[in-house]
Amino acid sequence: MTLLITVFAACVATAVWYKTYGKSEMKPGVLALMYWGASVMWFVDAVVEYAELKSEYFTPAPADMLNDSFLGFSVVALGLVIWLVIVMVKDPKGVIRKKN
Amino acid sequence: MACFIVPGAEAIVATAVMIAVKKHESRLAAPSTGGAKVPQAENKTPFSKKLGWLCSLLWGGVALLAFEHIWHGEVVPFPPFLTAAADPVSKAEMLHEMATSGVAMAVLVTLIWVGMVIVSSVLESKSHSAVKAEGKV
Repeated sequence: MTLLITVFAACVATAVWYKTYGKSEMKPGVLALMYWGASVMWFVDAVVEYAELKSEYFTPAPADMLNDSFLGFSVVALGLVIWLVIVMVKDPKGVIRKKN
Repeated sequence: MACFIVPGAEAIVATAVMIAVKKHESRLAAPSTGGAKVPQAENKTPFSKKLGWLCSLLWGGVALLAFEHIWHGEVVPFPPFLTAAADPVSKAEMLHEMATSGVAMAVLVTLIWVGMVIVSSVLESKSHSAVKAEGKV
């Protein structure tokens, strides 16, 4: 579930990057790459888990699924926070530097 | 358990290489160095930027995976930091996971990045030759 939610986040971030390419200074590409990196790593985890559990992998217990979903949304939120920090530090529009 | 440490180590190396390449590129581009300015195709992405893609992939993945490990109680804020490192049996399991999952993660991310670099280079050379052909007409 965590992998699925992160892949959705990566797809949305990539679509935003494509739509705003050359127009936005908000670095949506960095956010997309972050989510894709995590998705690839969780994909490897999922393959290893599938090799152990086989078809059982696709029928998780409801409590595990809920916990994984909660984790997935938390991961997406953390990714957004990291991205915002990067944008604020780089300050491409000079908004923060102008105020200081 | 601690699989994210392997891509984390790769991320540190990739970032160091990116900084060195960036410095080298800016030195080549600076006309004040006395050397001739190296001409670069207008639409060509600098290699340091391409290395930046790898760094974003690796650091993003490592940060989010580290968070997952904290969530599951596998990483703690006090020594030995990795709960699996506390006893020898778990430690061996952790090292095995790092050698299998961790290495696979780092290799797969790197392969994807290599694919991105190849596609981008092909597209750049195509557009460069299209511009050249237009100029000839």
